[in-house]
Amino acid sequence: MPYLPHTEEDVRRALDTIGVDSIDALFDELPAALRNPDIDIPPAMDETALLAHLRGLAAQDRAQGPDFLGGGMRRHFIPAVTPHLALQSEFVTAYTPYQPEVAQGILQATFEYQTMMSELTGLDVSNASMYDGATATAEAALLAVRQTRRERVLVSRGVHPETRAVLGTYLEALDIRIDTLDLEMLSTPVPSVDADVACVIVQQPNFLGSLEAMGALTNAAHAAGALLVAVVDPFSLALVKPPGAYGADIAVGDGQTLGNPTAYGGPSFGFMVVESGLLRQLPGRLVGQTVDVDGRRAFVLTLQAREQHIRRSKAKSNICSNHQLTALMAAVNLAALGPQGLREAAVGSVRQAHRLADRLLAAGAGIERSVPFFNEFTLRTRRPGHEVRSALAGRGVHAGVPVGSEYGLGNAVVLAATELVREGDIDALVGALEDVGELAGHGVSHD
Amino acid sequence: MTDVPARDFPLLFERSRPGRRAARPPTVDGPDLASLLGEDQLREVPPRLPEVSELDLVRHFTQLAHRQFSIDGNVYPLGSCTMKYNPKVHEEAARLFQDLHPNQAPETAQGTLRLLFELQRDLGALTGMDAVSLQPAAGAHGELTGILMIRAYHRARGEGDRRSVVLVPDGAHGTNPATAAMAGYRVVEVASDARGEVDLAAFTAALGPEVAAVMLTNPNTVGVFETRILEIARRAHEAGAQLYYDGANLNAIVGRVRPGDMGFDVVHLNLHKTFTTPHGGGGPGTGPVGVKAHLAEYLPVPLVVEGNDGFRLSEDLPSSIGRMRSFVGNVGNLIRAYAYIRTLGLEGLRRVSGHAVLNANYLRVRMQQAGYSIPYDRHNMHEFVAQPPEGVHTLDVAKALLDYGMHPMTVYFPLIVKEAMMVEPTETESLETLDAYADALGEILRRAAEDDGYLAGAPYTTPVRRLDEVRAARQPVLRHAFEEGPGSAE
Repeated sequence: MPYLPHTEEDVRRALDTIGVDSIDALFDELPAALRNPDIDIPPAMDETALLAHLRGLAAQDRAQGPDFLGGGMRRHFIPAVTPHLALQSEFVTAYTPYQPEVAQGILQATFEYQTMMSELTGLDVSNASMYDGATATAEAALLAVRQTRRERVLVSRGVHPETRAVLGTYLEALDIRIDTLDLEMLSTPVPSVDADVACVIVQQPNFLGSLEAMGALTNAAHAAGALLVAVVDPFSLALVKPPGAYGADIAVGDGQTLGNPTAYGGPSFGFMVVESGLLRQLPGRLVGQTVDVDGRRAFVLTLQAREQHIRRSKAKSNICSNHQLTALMAAVNLAALGPQGLREAAVGSVRQAHRLADRLLAAGAGIERSVPFFNEFTLRTRRPGHEVRSALAGRGVHAGVPVGSEYGLGNAVVLAATELVREGDIDALVGALEDVGELAGHGVSHD
Repeated sequence: MTDVPARDFPLLFERSRPGRRAARPPTVDGPDLASLLGEDQLREVPPRLPEVSELDLVRHFTQLAHRQFSIDGNVYPLGSCTMKYNPKVHEEAARLFQDLHPNQAPETAQGTLRLLFELQRDLGALTGMDAVSLQPAAGAHGELTGILMIRAYHRARGEGDRRSVVLVPDGAHGTNPATAAMAGYRVVEVASDARGEVDLAAFTAALGPEVAAVMLTNPNTVGVFETRILEIARRAHEAGAQLYYDGANLNAIVGRVRPGDMGFDVVHLNLHKTFTTPHGGGGPGTGPVGVKAHLAEYLPVPLVVEGNDGFRLSEDLPSSIGRMRSFVGNVGNLIRAYAYIRTLGLEGLRRVSGHAVLNANYLRVRMQQAGYSIPYDRHNMHEFVAQPPEGVHTLDVAKALLDYGMHPMTVYFPLIVKEAMMVEPTETESLETLDAYADALGEILRRAAEDDGYLAGAPYTTPVRRLDEVRAARQPVLRHAFEEGPGSAE
């Protein structure tokens, strides 16, 4: 049997030591009538058959081809050195670093990760990671509720619909009210914030791709004593003003764009970085620096009195496992790119996206060009977004994240471009849009 | 113990030199950024990321890996954590699918969707549950999902306000009470009896019309099977409560008895335990949830469904508790778990639980022989709780083990046992390894008896020795302090 080392003789020796005559005898406390049920799962296969089976399934997917997909994840440049280093088996097959003397590898890498996330966001304290951007956003809202003792949050409709859905699931459980701010001209208008609001949550760039006026939104939140939660794409922070620079209290987001594969949606990781006054409310693991008995610098999980294994029902969150390995991928990748490489990738991504938008505008597409965007933008379409996406997929192009009717735009999709867009890819997309009747004669008019 | 002076291992930031670099992304010519994004959107101070050559980068993370204990390195018998071998073929399996984008048209993702659909079905079959969601990103996330479904169920029956309490045993994982609190419930702990099981009288007394759910782990956190589980289930259901199965210990019984057959209404699985997806130094985990038919309408969305035109993700579930995270789930890990189930089949999974229990009982006897006591002295399941002799501290034994190149067991959990050592060897360790572990534990006690200072000074040979954890908490240093240069966070 794969992975089991015991010979028949080993089993016999173990049974004799224990003083029973069969393995089944060790299970005699299980309810007799329920033991060893017939369970209908497929029969075992060997390694060769398994890989052939999986390759057969993978062949029914198609990841290749010109790619303009965004909407929460994007395929960016990941140098070969990143997975090679992050996926060393010492990192992959370790547990949470509860014995720091033999876990300095993960502990120090996490400390370096925390420092990099702090640098990127311009805020003081990063935790060791969360599950994904959506759950990190929900945890940020709960943090704001604890901190302000207020029970209402304002969220921009520009926050990814799935993130808002998760926010709804988490907050509904505690009867915390959520009010949604509609967009005007694809961006969040500065709202009036009442004195019972714990936080205002804004995504930058927002789901439709627009760059928001974060400074004014932050000031509006602070004037009412509310916190500003910035949901940011960390990749964009290579170029775009970081949350700390406009006074945001909490930065959260999904880290996939920092060096993890898209993996059909996971695992990536969520991050949370806060200003230092919120440290004691921060959920999740934290690594801190200290010294050992010989005076050497060393790292350790710290401030654990916030966590479930110590505080149980009084913990700041129930989170236990975080997403350590995917966060480590990001740390390695950020170091592999360095400030210059990250900037070059981001600049490339921005330029390709604007090149694409200009080409589409020239072809008569419905794009609102007066609103600044980063590397994603919204295209009005004739047919519903999912139909456009399928039609493009039929022509070998991955593009078109559907925009829901809640945005009041009629039919629309979000398009993205990265530094990986190659010569000819933009032609392929524009050609495919023409082929499926989304460009020809569409005209520039849209309301 | 060493003549070499103590030296700090460098931070990546300390290896950094302005102008050095490793990877080069493709560059794209075009207009300047201010004209594209607007001057007021631009960052003024660049992030101080490390600037290192590729070889410096490789050496840094390779040396850090050498400073990290792992299953691939040696035995790692953390109780409740199930540190078993993570097969390498699973990594190759996951790579086959890793470039798929979650927003692709479903017709270009039919292979992955079929795999996920089959996994939903197989996990349902293995747990005795009628429907499964693959969404949750970790065990604790699965717990929250399950408790929110129970909450929705009681609300739909008009009992949402009345049922405000969740019962958990006093030995429960910390996530159980933390989860219940996150779902707005008050937590009441139920005592354990002298055999390490739920005290049936205390449990019955705690049941009442205000109880929404009972959260149980079986085998429980001291590693013994709750033999009165059918009676517990009957009484819980008679009181109108739902029975929640914390799947952290399913690996002890997989293939042999199913939570659904024992009367549980909801179960979460830790794929990183029973189905051996790697722990990754603390995640990503994955915590699918299975439910009985009466709760299926509350499952989180999306679910993977099969229709006339193939497989797709469906959000068409009006009573759903909603989304628990973005996209479908931790697909990379779901693929690994699928590969494991397909490699072993039912017979193989039964043998996995059999050998896990065999190894744990063997090591229990060997540790008793080595001078450790067993507070619940009976056949255990996949793990057991032990205690060092009077006067010896568990923490000291744990630190001494590190000098033998072995990882300690889980220490000081469960909280209900003084100086607890919770040991889970798993089925992938050989008897020779378990013998060496028990021998080391015995030798540590002998050395401690001979040398007063030995235990308190251990470990001696690890990359760093005992840490000043109080200082870490009292004067938190949570990021590198740059000596000079502009910074965005200073």
